[in-house]
Amino acid sequence: MVARVTLLYAHPYPQRSRAGRVLLDAVRGLPFVDVRALYSLYPDFAIDVEAEQRALLASDVIVWQSPFYWYGAPAMLHHWFEKVLARGWAYGSGGDKLRGKRVLWVTTTGAPDSAYRPGAMHGHPFDAFVPAFQQTAVFCGMRWEEPIVVHHAHQLGDEKLAAAAAEYRRRLEAL
Amino acid sequence: MGDHGLLFEVTIYLAAAIVCVPIASRLRLGSVLGYLVAGCAIGPFGLRLVRDVHSILHFAEFGVVLMLFLIGLELDPARLWSMRRPVFGGGTLQMAACGAALTAAGLAVGLPWQAALVAGLALALSSTAIAVQTLKERGQLTSPLGSTAFSVLLFQDMAAIPLIAVVPLLSGSSTGSAGTAALKVVGAIAAVFVLGRYVTTPLLRFVARTGLREVFTAFALLLIVGIAQIMSAAGVSMALGAFLAGVLLASSEYRHALETDIEPFKGLLMGLFFIAVGMSIDFGLARERPLSIVALVVGLVAVKALTLAAIAGALSVSPKQRWTFAAVISQGGEFAFVVFGVAGQAHLLPGKWGAMLTLVVALSMALTPILLLVHDRILVRDERRDREADAIEHEGAPVIIAGFGRFGQIVGRLLFASGIRATLLDHDPDSIELLKKFGFRVFYGDATRLDLLHAAGAEHAKLVVVALDDIDASTRLVDLLREHFPQARIVARVRNVTHYLELRGRGVNEVERETFESALRAGRRALEQLGVDPYQAREYADRFRRHNVETLEELLPHMSDETRRLSVARAAREQLEVQFAQDRADFEGTSGEWTDAKE
Repeated sequence: MVARVTLLYAHPYPQRSRAGRVLLDAVRGLPFVDVRALYSLYPDFAIDVEAEQRALLASDVIVWQSPFYWYGAPAMLHHWFEKVLARGWAYGSGGDKLRGKRVLWVTTTGAPDSAYRPGAMHGHPFDAFVPAFQQTAVFCGMRWEEPIVVHHAHQLGDEKLAAAAAEYRRRLEAL
Repeated sequence: MGDHGLLFEVTIYLAAAIVCVPIASRLRLGSVLGYLVAGCAIGPFGLRLVRDVHSILHFAEFGVVLMLFLIGLELDPARLWSMRRPVFGGGTLQMAACGAALTAAGLAVGLPWQAALVAGLALALSSTAIAVQTLKERGQLTSPLGSTAFSVLLFQDMAAIPLIAVVPLLSGSSTGSAGTAALKVVGAIAAVFVLGRYVTTPLLRFVARTGLREVFTAFALLLIVGIAQIMSAAGVSMALGAFLAGVLLASSEYRHALETDIEPFKGLLMGLFFIAVGMSIDFGLARERPLSIVALVVGLVAVKALTLAAIAGALSVSPKQRWTFAAVISQGGEFAFVVFGVAGQAHLLPGKWGAMLTLVVALSMALTPILLLVHDRILVRDERRDREADAIEHEGAPVIIAGFGRFGQIVGRLLFASGIRATLLDHDPDSIELLKKFGFRVFYGDATRLDLLHAAGAEHAKLVVVALDDIDASTRLVDLLREHFPQARIVARVRNVTHYLELRGRGVNEVERETFESALRAGRRALEQLGVDPYQAREYADRFRRHNVETLEELLPHMSDETRRLSVARAAREQLEVQFAQDRADFEGTSGEWTDAKE
């Protein structure tokens, strides 16, 4: 039985993101994937928490796909964490609804891999920015999958981008 | 009404009142004394401008009826029921104690026992008109002291009925059986109950729906006059009947509309009543027997006040206030006039006693304001120092919504859903019906009437939502709120740009154009349908809103200058076009992840 996937896509301007679109298009057609484009669903940030939680309950894998903004998630995805991963539901007393599910983080960055090292533009290896996401999943009792990080996404050649998208699709099918 | 005609007399009354009452108020003597003096001045013993005092007094008693109706409106049946102990317990005690003391005094001055008993009980009655008006002017009607006094007065109104009935029996000239009389009383009260409870509210609704204010007022007056007629036909106090009707309508949504409509009539007729009392003071008799009259007045007030002060503790009046309590109801009442009239016809009171006691009662009424003045001079300092907290009913909601149509309803329902109970003002009887079903506090009436705002508790309101349809009414209401209730914050619905500028110019910061936000949302949906990302569409709308509001705010200083306003508006439109063109250029000139991070 294939895992059911809920894919939360958080890009404020989807049409302007070539990388985001290519990656998403690679997995959108998979029958077990349910894409929820958060910025389009909730342009006023009025997240329908119940609908979001219903979608999560019906899935085995949760994908967070977004650009990498300011060393973290875009405002909408962070807002989604705050609203949907509620105490008593996702964590805390009685908060066991997500236990055992798996989380895959897929993100695109604006700088090349080489910018993420000591002394370079971003000062730290990219791994240094992962724990906040990972611990969010672990705190809710979920299993953390190796993230997919596409660096320098807007400068990436079409072929390389297509390869990243194919890898993304392969990973989802394998989960 | 004499040869001069009605208008002439009206002129006399009004002129006398506006000369005497403001002076009395200015001298802090209270309006009652002013009216009484005015009455003395124009009466048969003054300028002799008015002669037929008795028919005027009879007519003006209707003021007391209206007053009791209004007091009844303030007391719903539940509150009246909670007053049963002070009314029946306290009232009985007061009547028994004062009645006994005054009867003893009557016997002491040589009256036969029947006359002493009737006079004693009649003099034990106090004047509701004087006492309530005085308490109200002093702001004490809703204080514990005021409510005890009122309970006693209410019981007296009831006690007066058997008293008047018993006079012919005592004189041995009984007519008709007591049984029929009792039956008539029960019948009349039942009729008032049915009228007030089941008939009036649907009728009021029907009349309100016509939207004709004066017809509503006419109906309210008709209601009270009609009830007074029923009661008087049964020999019951008209005031008591009106009070009962008021209580039955206290929980009606028209309570405040009735209050505001009846209030001016009550005020004028009460004034007329006090004038009539002043006119009826028989100075001829006073000149004839000055010493005995003075002795009787002093005796009456002293006996009554001392007795009241003695029983004040038992009526749970605090020791500090017992002399105030005693002074407020130390006078004889208007029912005494009736009792002495009946007793005179029945030859129960010997010689000139009837006329003398009537004069004594009138003078004792005039003495009350003076007594209180003296009392205040002596005791005011003590009382000021540790005045007990007034148990005033603060039912005013912190939020008032004026206008509960399509706009106000959404505001109100949102507040209601968030646990905030707003008080609603509206003039559409149909929607009021519906809202009452949902448990809203709804008042029917014109929200731009100051008295209705007072009634709705605007002085306690934290916030008033001005959601009226009518631009003029909305602006008027804002002016009223700014002037009389400056503590209330205002959130206003505005209908168009001019209205927006009018209210902003009055310093209202929270204004919402009624169609602007929904139009912006429709615009966003249009953009989405054309393929613009929803969040992007939202940002366009946000930017449009900000620009639009800035443009409007720039117009504020130029409100009176039409041409300047137009040119600012045109410049703003061009500026927006430039800005949007710039936006488009930005979007087209970028590709891929330009928003990503910070290279």
